[in-house]
Amino acid sequence: MATDTKTDQFDIATAEINKYDFRNEEKYVFKARKGLDAEIVQQISDMKGEPDWMRQFRLKSLEIFNSKPMPRWGGKLDLDFQDIYYYIKPSDHQGRSWDEVPEDIKRTFDRLGIPEAEKKFLAGVKAQYESEVVYGSLREELASQGVIFTDTDTAVREYPELVREYFATVIPPSDNKFAALNSAVWSGGSFIYVPKGVKVDFPLQAYFRINAESMGQFERTLIVVDEGAQIHYVEGCTAPMYTTESLHSAVVEIVVKKHARCRYTTIQNWANNIYNLVTKRAVAYENATMEWIDGNLGSRLTMKYPAVYMLEPGARGEILSIAFASAGQHQDAGAKVVHCAPNTSSQIVSKSISKGGGRSSYRGLVRVESGAVKSRSKVVCDALILDAKSRSDTYPYIEIEEQDVAIGHEASVSRIGEEQLFYLMSRGLTEAEASTMIVGGFIEPLVKELPMEYAVELNKLIELQMEGSVG
Amino acid sequence: MSDQEVQTDILKIEDLHVSVGGKPILKGVNLEIRRGETHALMGPNGSGKSTLGMAIMGHPGYEVTQGAVWINDENILEMGPDERARRGLFMAFQRPVAIPGVRLADFLRHATTNVRRPERREGEELLPMREFRKELREKMAQLRMDPEFARRYVNEGFSGGEMKRAEILQMAMLRPKFAILDETDSGLDVDAVRLASQSIAEIGRSKMGILIITHHDKLLENNVPDKTHVMLGGRIVETGGPELARELHANGYDRIRADHPEAAAEEEAMRQDGALQKAM
Repeated sequence: MATDTKTDQFDIATAEINKYDFRNEEKYVFKARKGLDAEIVQQISDMKGEPDWMRQFRLKSLEIFNSKPMPRWGGKLDLDFQDIYYYIKPSDHQGRSWDEVPEDIKRTFDRLGIPEAEKKFLAGVKAQYESEVVYGSLREELASQGVIFTDTDTAVREYPELVREYFATVIPPSDNKFAALNSAVWSGGSFIYVPKGVKVDFPLQAYFRINAESMGQFERTLIVVDEGAQIHYVEGCTAPMYTTESLHSAVVEIVVKKHARCRYTTIQNWANNIYNLVTKRAVAYENATMEWIDGNLGSRLTMKYPAVYMLEPGARGEILSIAFASAGQHQDAGAKVVHCAPNTSSQIVSKSISKGGGRSSYRGLVRVESGAVKSRSKVVCDALILDAKSRSDTYPYIEIEEQDVAIGHEASVSRIGEEQLFYLMSRGLTEAEASTMIVGGFIEPLVKELPMEYAVELNKLIELQMEGSVG
Repeated sequence: MSDQEVQTDILKIEDLHVSVGGKPILKGVNLEIRRGETHALMGPNGSGKSTLGMAIMGHPGYEVTQGAVWINDENILEMGPDERARRGLFMAFQRPVAIPGVRLADFLRHATTNVRRPERREGEELLPMREFRKELREKMAQLRMDPEFARRYVNEGFSGGEMKRAEILQMAMLRPKFAILDETDSGLDVDAVRLASQSIAEIGRSKMGILIITHHDKLLENNVPDKTHVMLGGRIVETGGPELARELHANGYDRIRADHPEAAAEEEAMRQDGALQKAM
């Protein structure tokens, strides 16, 4: 596909997708009608053959959703909840062929070096990512250690007691309107249980799982890391995700027990028409550590603030977040740490980049409850603005109800310096190459925390975002 | 490249007038450097030496109001700094800016590729990693630099000496036709200056046309200038051989000011203007 300007490539790609008839009814096993009401919610529950407690939970959540007003802060939400499909059960293949996938998307996949099987999965050609062969032995190893790793639908059927014990305990449906929505219509997502003392020593990726519903619009992830256990979970991927629907609203709940450790890494790159409204929260018990690494690219509006509640002494929370807002995009991202016990510590590092009229906002909360003495928190947020059209804002909220604490906050906003550009250009780099290099350097401290292949993909993705940004 | 070709490359500055922030700094500079020659540019602070370097390299803050700069038969003033670099021009900066998060080796691999393959388009392959690393390690050894240094972020937290050595390393890798060294000796101790001086001589001898901007003659010990130029009040007022550099180093600029009263008056006016601006 020939495009006149590179900057619009994602817009054009999205428009192209809409042009194709990907919603071929016959190819789906089941598809609920548009709109949201008790009947639809019942239907979803029926389709999944869920136990009654989950059906009741969904219906109750729908009531809460209906009773809650839209958030009045953050970004501009222009959503018609009745004009959305809430449940589509995919068949083995989703009714589009590889030939139908727009050239721009294929090109992006190639540039990212995505393997063939994965490309088809990402483009919606295949419903299942053929992971069995590659990851079969790893799956066996996990199972022998007692680690449960499955999609959440299956978990509700096969591990009902375990799921019920923790489900919606970290993020109740009443938490916010979109958590309520997800609770009513959720589908897919990961369920992970790591037994006491088990240390999984390689990053666990969503691809290990075979169910396609992981990439649904309303995925629901629940991770329980039992005492002394350890896990690094990597969700999603850096390739652009294309869906025909405009709303993605996930819930991720994590429980990190005494002396346990959990790291959750996501890099998401959404198409430009998507509202990405996600609630992510972890609770950390005595001397437990929770780390969120969260990268956000693309989407029309992202509102996402991974949170750590430190419930017992010695708990630690760390959040690293990267946001890249290009033309027509608003990244309202940040972090939330709540110190509920003595000697808890937290760190938030946020880096945002705005370009081509994009807007990125840091929104963060540091809260220290009374009694949480000797708590320490450090917040660093840096924004880089690439041109005069783009915008960056910072909304730091600090609520402290205890005297004996150490809280630090540093914020900086910078523009790509003329001196830096000149210096790199005087060594033969073009203006675009120089800008890309400066942006790459800006996020380097976070990129080096990523697993190798993700770091490489993220860098390539930023190069793609930067292409055509100058001149 | 044959010797004959080497000698034909020429950098020619013609009646160059440059303003910074609307204020005229250079008022008609003429200078010709052939590849293989070493020229020294001396002069008191504020006489316009660094401005000349920045304008030749194409800094956007330095506005050329008149004149031309030629590399052979191309007027490079029409080009961006990157194109000038790809035409074989290099400048070692007095105070190079830091680029946080960008490793020296990564930056230099990209830069070296672009300069050596001027026809390369964005997104195309860089020089093969092994080949590049091998050469980088050799050059670093020559400059007595720890190979680990290449992993550091460009100019971030570098000491004065490290900064200057990194600039010389870049010059060694980029192999320019013409190099401008802007006070590469400033802020260095005696040993560091000697090392820098030897390195420049080793890298540059007969391969480059070099313009050394300096206050001192230390850098010139190993790089005896074919010509010494003296700048005052935005013009080159005198040109001589290596003996002129020695004289200025020993006696300062009083004789120059006395011999060129008009330029000295310009210098004084510019100085007062600058002092006035600082006070405001």
